Amino acid sequence: MPINPNKLRPRQRFSALAIASKALARQPSWKPHWRDPEPKERYDVVIVGGGGHGLATAHYLAKEHGITNVAVLEKGWIGGGNVGRNTTIIRSNYLLAGNQPFYELSLKLWEGLEQDLNYNAMVSQRGVLNLFHNDPQRDAYVRRGNAMLLSGADAELLDMDGVRQFYPFLNFENARFPIQGGLLQRRGGSVRHDAVAWGYARAADTRGVDVIQNCEVTGFIQNGGRCEGVETSRGTIRADKVAVCVAGSSSRVMEKAGLQLPIESHVLQAFVSEGLKPVIPGVITYGAGHFYISQSDKGGLVFGGDIDGYNSYAQRGNLPVVEDVCEGGMALMSAIGRARLLRMWGGIMDMSMDGSPFIDKTGIDGLYFNGGWCYGGFKATPASGFCFAHLIAQDRPHPVATDYRLDRFVRGAPINEKGQAAQPNLH
Amino acid sequence: MKIPHPLLGLRDASEFVYLGDASMLQRPDPTAPTAPEKFHEYLHVRTNPAGTHRELWFHEYGDRSWLIVTRNTVTHDILNAELVTATGVRDAG
Repeated sequence: MPINPNKLRPRQRFSALAIASKALARQPSWKPHWRDPEPKERYDVVIVGGGGHGLATAHYLAKEHGITNVAVLEKGWIGGGNVGRNTTIIRSNYLLAGNQPFYELSLKLWEGLEQDLNYNAMVSQRGVLNLFHNDPQRDAYVRRGNAMLLSGADAELLDMDGVRQFYPFLNFENARFPIQGGLLQRRGGSVRHDAVAWGYARAADTRGVDVIQNCEVTGFIQNGGRCEGVETSRGTIRADKVAVCVAGSSSRVMEKAGLQLPIESHVLQAFVSEGLKPVIPGVITYGAGHFYISQSDKGGLVFGGDIDGYNSYAQRGNLPVVEDVCEGGMALMSAIGRARLLRMWGGIMDMSMDGSPFIDKTGIDGLYFNGGWCYGGFKATPASGFCFAHLIAQDRPHPVATDYRLDRFVRGAPINEKGQAAQPNLH
Repeated sequence: MKIPHPLLGLRDASEFVYLGDASMLQRPDPTAPTAPEKFHEYLHVRTNPAGTHRELWFHEYGDRSWLIVTRNTVTHDILNAELVTATGVRDAG
Protein backbone atom coordinates (compact mmCIF):
# COMPACT_ATOMS: atom_id res chain seq x y z
CA MET A 1 0.00 0.00 0.00
CA PRO A 2 1.48 3.40 -0.93
CA ILE A 3 2.31 5.75 1.88
CA ASN A 4 0.09 8.81 2.04
CA PRO A 5 2.61 11.54 2.82
CA ASN A 6 -0.10 13.91 4.03
CA LYS A 7 -0.68 11.76 7.08
CA LEU A 8 2.97 11.95 8.06
CA ARG A 9 4.89 14.78 9.61
CA PRO A 10 8.57 14.13 8.94
CA ARG A 11 9.82 14.84 12.43
CA GLN A 12 12.39 12.10 12.11
CA ARG A 13 15.89 13.34 12.75
CA PHE A 14 18.91 12.01 10.98
CA SER A 15 21.74 10.81 13.18
CA ALA A 16 24.29 8.02 13.13
CA LEU A 17 22.18 6.17 15.67
CA ALA A 18 18.97 6.53 13.65
CA ILE A 19 20.67 5.38 10.46
CA ALA A 20 22.32 2.39 12.15
CA SER A 21 19.19 1.26 13.96
CA LYS A 22 17.00 1.59 10.88
CA ALA A 23 19.60 -0.25 8.82
CA LEU A 24 19.45 -3.15 11.29
CA ALA A 25 15.66 -3.13 10.94
CA ARG A 26 16.07 -3.17 7.14
CA GLN A 27 14.90 0.41 6.65
CA PRO A 28 11.11 -0.03 6.89
CA SER A 29 10.30 3.13 8.77
CA TRP A 30 11.80 6.02 6.80
CA LYS A 31 9.12 8.50 5.94
CA PRO A 32 8.85 10.96 3.01
CA HIS A 33 10.95 14.05 3.66
CA TRP A 34 8.07 16.43 3.13
CA ARG A 35 4.28 16.29 2.80
CA ASP A 36 2.38 16.67 -0.47
CA PRO A 37 -0.36 19.08 0.68
CA GLU A 38 -3.28 20.53 -1.22
CA PRO A 39 -3.00 24.31 -1.51
CA LYS A 40 -5.04 26.25 1.04
CA GLU A 41 -7.18 29.24 0.03
CA ARG A 42 -4.88 31.75 1.65
CA TYR A 43 -1.45 32.12 3.22
CA ASP A 44 0.51 34.89 4.89
CA VAL A 45 3.24 34.50 2.27
CA VAL A 46 3.22 32.70 -1.08
CA ILE A 47 6.64 32.04 -2.61
CA VAL A 48 6.58 31.50 -6.36
CA GLY A 49 9.32 29.05 -7.34
CA GLY A 50 10.44 25.97 -5.41
CA GLY A 51 14.10 26.08 -6.36
CA GLY A 52 16.95 26.43 -3.90
CA HIS A 53 16.33 30.14 -3.35
CA GLY A 54 12.56 29.79 -2.87
CA LEU A 55 12.89 26.89 -0.44
CA ALA A 56 15.67 28.66 1.47
CA THR A 57 13.43 31.75 1.70
CA ALA A 58 10.64 29.62 3.16
CA HIS A 59 13.01 27.97 5.64
CA TYR A 60 14.41 31.28 6.93
CA LEU A 61 10.94 32.92 7.02
CA ALA A 62 9.85 30.14 9.35
CA LYS A 63 13.04 29.84 11.36
CA GLU A 64 14.24 33.44 11.66
CA HIS A 65 10.95 35.34 11.53
CA GLY A 66 8.36 32.86 12.84
CA ILE A 67 6.24 33.14 9.68
CA THR A 68 5.05 29.59 9.02
CA ASN A 69 1.75 30.08 7.19
CA VAL A 70 3.71 29.94 3.93
CA ALA A 71 3.33 28.09 0.64
CA VAL A 72 6.09 27.42 -1.89
CA LEU A 73 4.57 26.93 -5.35
CA GLU A 74 6.66 24.95 -7.83
CA LYS A 75 5.64 24.44 -11.46
CA GLY A 76 7.60 21.20 -11.76
CA TRP A 77 9.14 19.15 -8.98
CA ILE A 78 11.55 19.98 -6.17
CA GLY A 79 15.14 19.82 -7.42
CA GLY A 80 14.13 19.83 -11.09
CA GLY A 81 15.19 23.39 -11.95
CA ASN A 82 18.47 25.28 -11.87
CA VAL A 83 19.25 24.02 -8.35
CA GLY A 84 19.85 20.64 -9.98
CA ARG A 85 21.52 21.99 -13.14
CA ASN A 86 24.54 23.91 -11.83
CA THR A 87 28.18 23.01 -11.18
CA THR A 88 27.78 23.06 -7.36
CA ILE A 89 30.60 25.49 -6.49
CA ILE A 90 30.50 27.70 -3.40
CA ARG A 91 32.87 30.63 -2.77
CA SER A 92 32.97 34.23 -1.55
CA ASN A 93 35.70 35.76 -3.72
CA TYR A 94 34.01 38.90 -5.00
CA LEU A 95 35.50 42.38 -5.13
CA LEU A 96 32.83 45.04 -4.68
CA ALA A 97 31.35 46.25 -1.41
CA GLY A 98 27.81 45.66 -2.74
CA ASN A 99 28.56 41.97 -3.31
CA GLN A 100 31.31 40.56 -1.11
CA PRO A 101 29.66 40.83 2.35
CA PHE A 102 26.58 39.12 0.93
CA TYR A 103 28.55 36.21 -0.50
CA GLU A 104 30.60 35.89 2.70
CA LEU A 105 27.33 35.63 4.67
CA SER A 106 26.33 32.93 2.21
CA LEU A 107 29.55 30.99 2.76
CA LYS A 108 29.11 31.22 6.53
CA LEU A 109 25.55 29.88 6.16
CA TRP A 110 26.89 27.02 3.99
CA GLU A 111 29.35 26.18 6.78
CA GLY A 112 26.50 25.72 9.26
CA LEU A 113 23.93 24.41 6.80
CA GLU A 114 23.99 20.72 7.58
CA GLN A 115 23.56 21.26 11.32
CA ASP A 116 20.84 23.83 10.68
CA LEU A 117 18.88 21.54 8.36
CA ASN A 118 19.84 18.22 9.97
CA TYR A 119 20.63 17.06 6.46
CA ASN A 120 23.78 15.82 4.77
CA ALA A 121 24.33 18.24 1.89
CA MET A 122 27.94 17.08 1.44
CA VAL A 123 29.33 20.58 1.98
CA SER A 124 32.98 20.12 1.05
CA GLN A 125 35.38 23.03 1.61
CA ARG A 126 38.00 21.76 -0.77
CA GLY A 127 39.35 25.15 -1.88
CA VAL A 128 38.74 27.36 -4.91
CA LEU A 129 41.85 28.45 -6.82
CA ASN A 130 41.76 31.26 -9.41
CA LEU A 131 44.89 31.13 -11.58
CA PHE A 132 46.70 34.18 -12.95
CA HIS A 133 49.03 34.28 -15.89
CA ASN A 134 50.54 37.78 -15.99
CA ASP A 135 51.40 40.73 -13.76
CA PRO A 136 48.21 42.79 -14.21
CA GLN A 137 46.11 39.74 -13.34
CA ARG A 138 48.25 39.19 -10.26
CA ASP A 139 47.71 42.79 -9.20
CA ALA A 140 43.96 42.41 -9.72
CA TYR A 141 43.90 39.27 -7.58
CA VAL A 142 45.95 40.93 -4.83
CA ARG A 143 43.31 43.67 -4.76
CA ARG A 144 40.48 41.14 -4.79
CA GLY A 145 42.12 39.10 -2.03
CA ASN A 146 42.40 42.22 0.12
CA ALA A 147 38.70 43.00 -0.48
CA MET A 148 37.89 39.45 0.60
CA LEU A 149 39.98 39.75 3.77
CA LEU A 150 38.29 43.06 4.62
CA SER A 151 34.90 41.34 4.46
CA GLY A 152 36.05 38.67 6.90
CA ALA A 153 36.60 36.02 4.25
CA ASP A 154 39.83 34.08 3.76
CA ALA A 155 42.19 34.57 0.83
CA GLU A 156 45.74 33.48 0.06
CA LEU A 157 48.00 34.42 -2.80
CA LEU A 158 49.97 31.46 -4.13
CA ASP A 159 53.06 31.73 -6.30
CA MET A 160 53.86 29.24 -9.02
CA ASP A 161 55.41 26.74 -6.60
CA GLY A 162 52.40 27.05 -4.34
CA VAL A 163 50.09 26.14 -7.22
CA ARG A 164 52.43 23.32 -8.24
CA GLN A 165 52.08 21.71 -4.83
CA PHE A 166 48.31 21.45 -5.31
CA TYR A 167 48.20 20.68 -9.01
CA PRO A 168 51.54 19.48 -10.43
CA PHE A 169 49.91 18.38 -13.69
CA LEU A 170 48.80 21.82 -14.87
CA ASN A 171 50.43 23.30 -17.95
CA PHE A 172 52.83 25.73 -16.26
CA GLU A 173 55.07 26.09 -19.31
CA ASN A 174 52.49 27.44 -21.73
CA ALA A 175 54.49 29.92 -23.84
CA ARG A 176 51.74 32.49 -24.06
CA PHE A 177 49.86 31.99 -20.78
CA PRO A 178 52.31 30.54 -18.21
CA ILE A 179 50.75 29.97 -14.78
CA GLN A 180 52.35 32.48 -12.42
CA GLY A 181 50.24 31.77 -9.36
CA GLY A 182 46.73 31.91 -8.04
CA LEU A 183 44.30 33.32 -5.52
CA LEU A 184 43.17 30.56 -3.18
CA GLN A 185 40.09 30.55 -1.00
CA ARG A 186 40.38 27.44 1.14
CA ARG A 187 36.85 27.81 2.55
CA GLY A 188 35.33 27.63 -0.94
CA GLY A 189 34.39 24.27 -2.38
CA SER A 190 31.37 22.36 -3.55
CA VAL A 191 28.05 21.07 -2.23
CA ARG A 192 25.72 18.33 -3.40
CA HIS A 193 23.13 20.51 -5.13
CA ASP A 194 20.13 18.14 -5.04
CA ALA A 195 20.56 17.67 -1.30
CA VAL A 196 20.39 21.44 -0.86
CA ALA A 197 16.91 21.50 -2.41
CA TRP A 198 15.78 18.44 -0.48
CA GLY A 199 17.25 19.63 2.81
CA TYR A 200 15.63 23.07 2.61
CA ALA A 201 12.28 21.57 1.51
CA ARG A 202 12.31 19.13 4.42
CA ALA A 203 13.36 21.77 6.95
CA ALA A 204 10.69 24.23 5.77
CA ASP A 205 8.00 21.52 5.71
CA THR A 206 8.91 20.46 9.24
CA ARG A 207 8.19 24.01 10.43
CA GLY A 208 4.77 23.97 8.73
CA VAL A 209 5.48 25.40 5.26
CA ASP A 210 3.40 23.84 2.46
CA VAL A 211 5.68 22.76 -0.40
CA ILE A 212 3.31 22.43 -3.36
CA GLN A 213 4.68 20.81 -6.51
CA ASN A 214 3.11 20.71 -9.99
CA CYS A 215 1.48 24.08 -9.32
CA GLU A 216 2.15 26.69 -12.01
CA VAL A 217 1.45 30.36 -11.33
CA THR A 218 -0.54 31.74 -14.26
CA GLY A 219 -1.25 35.27 -13.00
CA PHE A 220 -1.13 37.75 -10.14
CA ILE A 221 -4.26 39.08 -8.44
CA GLN A 222 -3.87 42.86 -8.27
CA ASN A 223 -6.21 45.33 -6.66
CA GLY A 224 -5.50 49.06 -6.49
CA GLY A 225 -1.74 48.69 -6.79
CA ARG A 226 -1.62 45.78 -4.33
CA CYS A 227 -0.84 42.15 -5.05
CA GLU A 228 -3.34 40.00 -3.14
CA GLY A 229 -2.49 36.54 -4.37
CA VAL A 230 -1.87 34.38 -7.41
CA GLU A 231 -3.86 32.42 -9.95
CA THR A 232 -2.43 28.94 -10.38
CA SER A 233 -3.03 25.75 -12.29
CA ARG A 234 -4.49 24.44 -9.01
CA GLY A 235 -6.82 27.36 -8.32
CA THR A 236 -6.68 30.81 -6.75
CA ILE A 237 -4.41 31.27 -3.74
CA ARG A 238 -4.67 34.50 -1.75
CA ALA A 239 -1.77 35.90 0.23
CA ASP A 240 -0.75 39.02 2.13
CA LYS A 241 2.62 38.89 0.42
CA VAL A 242 3.76 37.24 -2.81
CA ALA A 243 7.49 36.62 -3.32
CA VAL A 244 8.81 35.63 -6.74
CA CYS A 245 12.00 33.56 -6.86
CA VAL A 246 12.22 32.07 -10.36
CA ALA A 247 15.64 33.03 -11.75
CA GLY A 248 15.91 31.91 -15.37
CA SER A 249 12.22 32.62 -15.95
CA SER A 250 11.98 35.97 -14.13
CA SER A 251 10.97 37.97 -17.22
CA ARG A 252 8.27 35.46 -18.13
CA VAL A 253 6.73 35.38 -14.65
CA MET A 254 7.01 39.10 -13.83
CA GLU A 255 5.48 39.94 -17.20
CA LYS A 256 2.26 38.43 -15.79
CA ALA A 257 2.36 41.20 -13.18
CA GLY A 258 2.95 43.79 -15.90
CA LEU A 259 6.63 44.37 -15.07
CA GLN A 260 9.62 44.46 -17.40
CA LEU A 261 13.06 43.77 -15.93
CA PRO A 262 16.70 44.71 -16.63
CA ILE A 263 17.32 41.05 -17.45
CA GLU A 264 18.00 38.87 -20.50
CA SER A 265 17.72 35.07 -20.38
CA HIS A 266 20.83 33.25 -21.60
CA VAL A 267 21.90 29.61 -21.77
CA LEU A 268 24.98 28.32 -19.91
CA GLN A 269 26.32 24.86 -20.68
CA ALA A 270 27.97 22.47 -18.23
CA PHE A 271 29.83 19.20 -18.73
CA VAL A 272 30.62 16.02 -16.80
CA SER A 273 33.22 13.43 -17.81
CA GLU A 274 33.18 9.74 -17.07
CA GLY A 275 34.10 8.83 -13.50
CA LEU A 276 37.84 8.91 -12.81
CA LYS A 277 40.04 8.20 -9.82
CA PRO A 278 40.69 11.29 -7.65
CA VAL A 279 42.81 13.75 -9.62
CA ILE A 280 41.51 17.25 -8.82
CA PRO A 281 41.10 17.84 -5.09
CA GLY A 282 39.58 21.33 -5.33
CA VAL A 283 38.12 23.80 -7.79
CA ILE A 284 40.37 25.43 -10.41
CA THR A 285 39.57 28.38 -12.65
CA TYR A 286 41.72 29.18 -15.67
CA GLY A 287 42.73 32.82 -15.93
CA ALA A 288 43.56 33.05 -19.64
CA GLY A 289 40.20 31.84 -20.89
CA HIS A 290 36.87 31.10 -19.30
CA PHE A 291 37.14 27.57 -17.91
CA TYR A 292 36.58 26.10 -14.47
CA ILE A 293 36.75 22.53 -13.24
CA SER A 294 36.26 20.38 -10.18
CA GLN A 295 35.78 16.67 -9.54
CA SER A 296 32.59 15.30 -8.07
CA ASP A 297 32.58 12.75 -5.27
CA LYS A 298 31.52 10.16 -7.86
CA GLY A 299 34.69 10.95 -9.83
CA GLY A 300 33.30 12.84 -12.80
CA LEU A 301 35.14 15.98 -13.87
CA VAL A 302 32.58 18.79 -13.70
CA PHE A 303 33.49 21.76 -15.87
CA GLY A 304 32.15 24.72 -17.79
CA GLY A 305 32.96 28.11 -19.24
CA ASP A 306 31.21 30.96 -21.03
CA ILE A 307 27.50 31.40 -21.63
CA ASP A 308 26.51 30.92 -25.27
CA GLY A 309 25.89 34.65 -25.54
CA TYR A 310 22.47 34.98 -27.22
CA ASN A 311 19.00 35.16 -25.67
CA SER A 312 17.71 31.66 -25.05
CA TYR A 313 15.13 29.71 -23.08
CA ALA A 314 16.14 26.41 -24.71
CA GLN A 315 18.08 24.66 -21.87
CA ARG A 316 20.57 23.52 -24.49
CA GLY A 317 23.39 25.31 -26.23
CA ASN A 318 25.42 25.14 -29.40
CA LEU A 319 28.72 23.56 -30.40
CA PRO A 320 30.99 26.64 -30.78
CA VAL A 321 30.88 27.18 -27.00
CA VAL A 322 31.49 23.47 -26.38
CA GLU A 323 34.63 23.81 -28.48
CA ASP A 324 35.68 26.98 -26.65
CA VAL A 325 35.24 25.37 -23.22
CA CYS A 326 37.18 22.26 -24.24
CA GLU A 327 40.01 24.40 -25.69
CA GLY A 328 40.26 26.14 -22.31
CA GLY A 329 40.47 22.75 -20.61
CA MET A 330 43.16 21.50 -22.97
CA ALA A 331 45.22 24.68 -22.51
CA LEU A 332 45.08 24.29 -18.73
CA MET A 333 45.55 20.52 -18.39
CA SER A 334 46.00 18.57 -21.57
CA ALA A 335 45.32 15.28 -19.74
CA ILE A 336 41.64 16.18 -19.87
CA GLY A 337 41.71 15.26 -23.56
CA ARG A 338 41.89 11.60 -22.54
CA ALA A 339 38.67 11.76 -20.51
CA ARG A 340 35.45 10.98 -22.29
CA LEU A 341 32.52 13.31 -21.92
CA LEU A 342 29.63 11.60 -20.18
CA ARG A 343 26.94 14.26 -20.39
CA MET A 344 26.36 17.95 -21.00
CA TRP A 345 23.38 20.20 -20.52
CA GLY A 346 22.26 23.81 -20.58
CA GLY A 347 20.56 25.92 -17.95
CA ILE A 348 18.75 29.22 -18.36
CA MET A 349 20.26 32.20 -16.55
CA ASP A 350 18.75 35.56 -15.61
CA MET A 351 21.59 37.72 -16.97
CA SER A 352 21.25 41.18 -15.47
CA MET A 353 22.65 44.39 -16.91
CA ASP A 354 25.58 44.58 -14.46
CA GLY A 355 26.08 40.90 -13.62
CA SER A 356 24.64 41.29 -10.10
CA PRO A 357 21.32 40.10 -8.66
CA PHE A 358 18.14 41.71 -7.31
CA ILE A 359 16.45 41.22 -3.93
CA ASP A 360 13.89 43.99 -3.79
CA LYS A 361 10.31 45.15 -3.52
CA THR A 362 8.54 45.93 -6.77
CA GLY A 363 6.37 48.93 -7.59
CA ILE A 364 3.38 46.78 -6.58
CA ASP A 365 2.63 46.58 -2.84
CA GLY A 366 2.89 43.07 -1.48
CA LEU A 367 4.93 41.78 -4.46
CA TYR A 368 8.60 41.00 -3.85
CA PHE A 369 11.22 39.98 -6.38
CA ASN A 370 14.40 37.89 -6.19
CA GLY A 371 16.31 37.15 -9.41
CA GLY A 372 19.03 38.20 -11.81
CA TRP A 373 21.53 35.70 -10.42
CA CYS A 374 23.40 35.35 -13.72
CA TYR A 375 25.47 32.14 -13.49
CA GLY A 376 26.25 32.59 -9.78
CA GLY A 377 22.99 31.65 -8.14
CA PHE A 378 23.90 28.34 -6.52
CA LYS A 379 26.57 29.64 -4.16
CA ALA A 380 24.19 32.44 -3.14
CA THR A 381 21.34 30.09 -2.18
CA PRO A 382 21.51 30.39 1.65
CA ALA A 383 22.12 34.16 1.78
CA SER A 384 19.57 34.78 -0.96
CA GLY A 385 16.91 32.99 1.07
CA PHE A 386 18.10 34.61 4.31
CA CYS A 387 18.03 38.16 2.88
CA PHE A 388 14.81 37.65 0.90
CA ALA A 389 13.06 36.34 4.02
CA HIS A 390 14.33 39.41 5.91
CA LEU A 391 12.94 41.74 3.23
CA ILE A 392 9.56 39.97 3.14
CA ALA A 393 9.18 39.81 6.92
CA GLN A 394 10.48 43.29 7.80
CA ASP A 395 9.88 45.28 4.59
CA ARG A 396 13.44 46.56 4.61
CA PRO A 397 16.52 45.01 3.06
CA HIS A 398 19.02 42.98 5.05
CA PRO A 399 22.20 45.03 5.69
CA VAL A 400 24.31 42.91 3.28
CA ALA A 401 21.72 43.12 0.47
CA THR A 402 20.94 46.84 0.46
CA ASP A 403 22.43 47.44 -3.00
CA TYR A 404 20.47 44.71 -4.84
CA ARG A 405 17.78 47.16 -5.91
CA LEU A 406 15.79 47.11 -9.15
CA ASP A 407 16.22 50.87 -9.60
CA ARG A 408 20.01 50.90 -9.31
CA PHE A 409 20.53 51.51 -13.04
CA VAL A 410 18.32 54.58 -13.19
CA ARG A 411 20.18 55.88 -10.12
CA GLY A 412 23.53 55.21 -11.78
CA ALA A 413 24.52 52.74 -9.05
CA PRO A 414 25.19 49.41 -10.79
CA ILE A 415 27.23 46.69 -9.05
CA ASN A 416 29.55 45.87 -11.90
CA GLU A 417 32.26 43.34 -10.97
CA LYS A 418 33.64 43.12 -14.50
CA GLY A 419 33.34 46.79 -15.43
CA GLN A 420 31.49 45.92 -18.63
CA ALA A 421 28.74 47.96 -20.20
CA ALA A 422 25.03 47.17 -19.81
CA GLN A 423 25.55 44.15 -22.06
CA PRO A 424 24.36 40.97 -20.33
CA ASN A 425 26.27 38.51 -22.51
CA LEU A 426 29.59 40.07 -21.44
CA HIS A 427 29.08 39.58 -17.70
CA MET B 1 22.86 27.62 -35.43
CA LYS B 2 23.26 28.82 -38.98
CA ILE B 3 22.18 32.28 -40.02
CA PRO B 4 20.83 32.83 -43.56
CA HIS B 5 22.83 35.91 -44.52
CA PRO B 6 20.91 37.77 -47.26
CA LEU B 7 24.07 38.20 -49.37
CA LEU B 8 26.31 35.29 -48.34
CA GLY B 9 23.89 32.44 -47.75
CA LEU B 10 23.93 30.15 -44.72
CA ARG B 11 26.74 31.14 -42.34
CA ASP B 12 27.66 29.53 -39.04
CA ALA B 13 26.59 31.62 -36.03
CA SER B 14 30.19 31.48 -34.72
CA GLU B 15 31.14 33.98 -37.46
CA PHE B 16 28.87 36.53 -35.78
CA VAL B 17 28.92 38.61 -32.63
CA TYR B 18 25.62 38.99 -30.80
CA LEU B 19 24.47 42.36 -29.52
CA GLY B 20 20.85 41.91 -28.41
CA ASP B 21 17.29 43.12 -28.93
CA ALA B 22 16.81 44.93 -32.26
CA SER B 23 14.83 47.63 -30.44
CA MET B 24 18.28 49.09 -29.69
CA LEU B 25 18.20 50.53 -33.21
CA GLN B 26 15.60 53.02 -32.01
CA ARG B 27 17.52 55.48 -29.87
CA PRO B 28 15.35 57.87 -27.86
CA ASP B 29 15.38 61.59 -28.58
CA PRO B 30 18.17 63.01 -26.38
CA THR B 31 16.57 66.47 -26.37
CA ALA B 32 13.15 65.31 -25.12
CA PRO B 33 12.26 66.25 -21.53
CA THR B 34 11.77 62.55 -20.73
CA ALA B 35 15.19 61.62 -22.15
CA PRO B 36 16.72 60.31 -18.85
CA GLU B 37 13.88 57.81 -18.31
CA LYS B 38 13.75 56.86 -21.98
CA PHE B 39 17.51 56.26 -22.12
CA HIS B 40 17.32 54.17 -18.95
CA GLU B 41 14.68 51.97 -20.57
CA TYR B 42 16.61 51.88 -23.84
CA LEU B 43 19.84 50.82 -22.14
CA HIS B 44 18.62 48.49 -19.42
CA VAL B 45 15.04 47.21 -19.73
CA ARG B 46 14.30 44.28 -22.04
CA THR B 47 11.12 42.48 -23.07
CA ASN B 48 13.21 39.25 -23.08
CA PRO B 49 10.52 37.14 -24.79
CA ALA B 50 10.32 33.35 -24.72
CA GLY B 51 9.50 32.85 -28.39
CA THR B 52 10.06 35.06 -31.41
CA HIS B 53 12.81 37.62 -30.86
CA ARG B 54 14.21 40.24 -33.29
CA GLU B 55 17.88 40.70 -32.51
CA LEU B 56 21.10 42.25 -33.81
CA TRP B 57 24.00 40.10 -35.01
CA PHE B 58 27.27 41.54 -36.42
CA HIS B 59 29.08 39.49 -39.09
CA GLU B 60 32.52 40.16 -37.62
CA TYR B 61 34.32 37.27 -39.32
CA GLY B 62 32.51 37.92 -42.62
CA ASP B 63 31.40 41.03 -44.42
CA ARG B 64 31.09 43.12 -41.22
CA SER B 65 27.43 43.84 -41.85
CA TRP B 66 24.79 44.20 -39.14
CA LEU B 67 21.82 41.83 -39.46
CA ILE B 68 18.41 41.78 -37.84
CA VAL B 69 17.78 38.09 -37.17
CA THR B 70 14.32 36.84 -36.21
CA ARG B 71 14.82 33.78 -34.03
CA ASN B 72 12.77 31.66 -31.68
CA THR B 73 14.47 31.77 -28.27
CA VAL B 74 12.79 28.54 -27.14
CA THR B 75 13.73 26.36 -30.12
CA HIS B 76 16.69 28.33 -31.63
CA ASP B 77 14.90 28.18 -35.02
CA ILE B 78 15.96 31.10 -37.19
CA LEU B 79 12.99 32.48 -39.08
CA ASN B 80 14.50 35.40 -40.97
CA ALA B 81 17.66 37.48 -41.42
CA GLU B 82 17.90 40.87 -43.09
CA LEU B 83 20.52 43.58 -43.43
CA VAL B 84 19.94 46.50 -41.09
CA THR B 85 20.71 48.83 -43.99
CA ALA B 86 17.92 47.23 -46.00
CA THR B 87 15.27 47.74 -43.30
CA GLY B 88 15.42 51.53 -43.41
CA VAL B 89 15.48 51.67 -39.59
CA ARG B 90 17.10 54.85 -38.35
CA ASP B 91 17.39 56.52 -35.00
CA ALA B 92 14.11 58.01 -33.88
CA GLY B 93 16.06 61.02 -32.63
